[in-house]
Amino acid sequence: MQKYSFNFGIWGMALIVIALSQFGALDLYIQSVIMFIGINVILSSSLNVVNGYMGEFSCGHAGFMCVGAYVSSILSVIFFSQNAIFGAPILPPELAIIGFPIVVIISGLVAGLTGLIVAIPSFKTRGDYLAIITIAANYMVISAIENVDVIGGSRGFMGMRKVVNAMTDVIDLPWMMIWVILGTYMSIWMIRRFVSSTYGKGIMAVSQDEVAAEIMSVNTNKMKMAAFMLSSGLAGVAGALFAHVLGYVNPQSFNIMKSTECLVMVYLGGMGSMGGAVLSAILFTVMLELLRFIIPAIDTGLHIINVLPDSYHLSQVWKWVLIPLTLILLMQFRPEGLMGNKELPKLFPGLKKFYKFK
Amino acid sequence: MDILIQNLLNALQWGSFYALIALGYTLVYGVLLLINFAHGDVFMVGAYIAFFVATFFLGFVDLSPWLTLALTVPLTMLLTAGVGVTLERVAYRPLRRKGAHRLYVVITALMCGLMLENSNLALLGASRKKFPELLDKVIYTWGNVSVTNLKLIVIFTAIAVFILLEFIVTRTKIGMAMRGISYDKFAIPLMGIPIDNVIVFTFVLGSGMAGLAGLLFAMSYPILEPYMGALIGWKAFIAAVVGGIGDIRGAFLGGFLLGFIEVGVVALFPSTYRDLFAFSILLMILWIKPTGIFGVAKTTKI
Repeated sequence: MQKYSFNFGIWGMALIVIALSQFGALDLYIQSVIMFIGINVILSSSLNVVNGYMGEFSCGHAGFMCVGAYVSSILSVIFFSQNAIFGAPILPPELAIIGFPIVVIISGLVAGLTGLIVAIPSFKTRGDYLAIITIAANYMVISAIENVDVIGGSRGFMGMRKVVNAMTDVIDLPWMMIWVILGTYMSIWMIRRFVSSTYGKGIMAVSQDEVAAEIMSVNTNKMKMAAFMLSSGLAGVAGALFAHVLGYVNPQSFNIMKSTECLVMVYLGGMGSMGGAVLSAILFTVMLELLRFIIPAIDTGLHIINVLPDSYHLSQVWKWVLIPLTLILLMQFRPEGLMGNKELPKLFPGLKKFYKFK
Repeated sequence: MDILIQNLLNALQWGSFYALIALGYTLVYGVLLLINFAHGDVFMVGAYIAFFVATFFLGFVDLSPWLTLALTVPLTMLLTAGVGVTLERVAYRPLRRKGAHRLYVVITALMCGLMLENSNLALLGASRKKFPELLDKVIYTWGNVSVTNLKLIVIFTAIAVFILLEFIVTRTKIGMAMRGISYDKFAIPLMGIPIDNVIVFTFVLGSGMAGLAGLLFAMSYPILEPYMGALIGWKAFIAAVVGGIGDIRGAFLGGFLLGFIEVGVVALFPSTYRDLFAFSILLMILWIKPTGIFGVAKTTKI
């Protein structure tokens, strides 16, 4: 029983969510929040491979997400939809259901290859300098895409909505929800499998002591390359899903702010803890969405008791003051994050009775 | 030929801004081995402080522009130095006392920068500020080459600041203490050197120069916005790394080098390619020679 409870629980929940959104019991806003939770889970757990398990400091995660988003959007628009730039679809739009996962996988692979621009310098550079390289990579990706005018440049790119609609025309299901849930599950499964394998344990060896790992016959360069490519590839998958959920991409939505969001999620959950990454992604997304309502409420409250001048209103920008502040406070008072590098059953041994997760 | 000289002057001006900010990065790194990622935003805060000080003296006290400028320069530097020192006191020092991992300090610095940017945006709104004109524009022309007095002031200020800092770091006692801290942080307190005071002094110097750069930048390009510090800060950081971070000559040289590269790129390609080239150069340099031009490679101890 305990062997299967976890999978049953997850798939049961997924089925319930899909069914509820199919029959209109969840409104579109809550549906999109659930999808963003899924995407953020992918982002934070994939960044956790590099920042948590490998102990490096990569802060350009959004750059790879941007690559994935653009590659997938362009591919799916070229293949499955009528567009002003690329003309008629190459394949009939009805094939989008089969084609979309392939497109997502391809965009993940391309993003993984882009990860090489960080992975190769990481052989020689470590620590702060590697952090700079990742930020530079983030800026480079954005600025390169902004300079390609065919795909809209800094105006952004759209047309993915048609592809999603084409899927719904064939079989009427909440397709994006299904893809996001599948993508999230597959990514976590992959990371978990990779990190707990004998090969993947080399990553943790690199984080402990690189020289010692080298002596113990861990090929550190290969390990670093694998970790960076896996992490950026999954970021690309997250980007691909993100682009299709929103139906619109813009290079500036993948800037350093987005990377900071990923960082906050990883450090909030705890470096090197799968459960922490997932939990913090859920917490963080829900918190962000709640702030959307809390900030105006505080604003009206403060105006009623006349603390704020009439001309000044608290805007959503305060969200961006609060997120960095959270991380600063976290670094000061609990730098190891919510869960440290432990997993849930280790923190709460009672849970072991109920599930097993491999 | 004229175009070349004109571009050279532009490059020198941009290089001066980069050099002034890069000096702050390099000073702090030289002493604490900390990349103060908030420095670019300290520069932005400096520009805003200059704006408020200048409008206060021009508008409310009604001084002449010259007197305003004479008062704005020291006040801006002082107040911006205050911002830098506050950051050090509130965010970095507690972490240093706890002996936290360097990574945590770097993250804190990055987040402090984002907080400065966004709280500025949240408090002052998205409307851009127009910096008042403090200096009568004089244009000197030789043949087809023209240069404003402001441009010359910027270039000469950068050179003067460089000479001053080089003097402080290499010739004075406190400079010696600064170099000592970067050499061995644990032996220095045993020698009777107040380590915290020296670190605060370093932040005063770095942030003061960033304030000066902010004022000069606001005078040259009189539109202020909250995100102006982010990109120029990164670029100045590139300059510091290219020159070899931790070395004042390196920061200065790197600043001018980056200025020349950027103006060269803009002269040859569309101007949107500027950032792409700047960041690609950074990546190449960090890849091939991570220590920069003047940097000394550190050996890892086992």
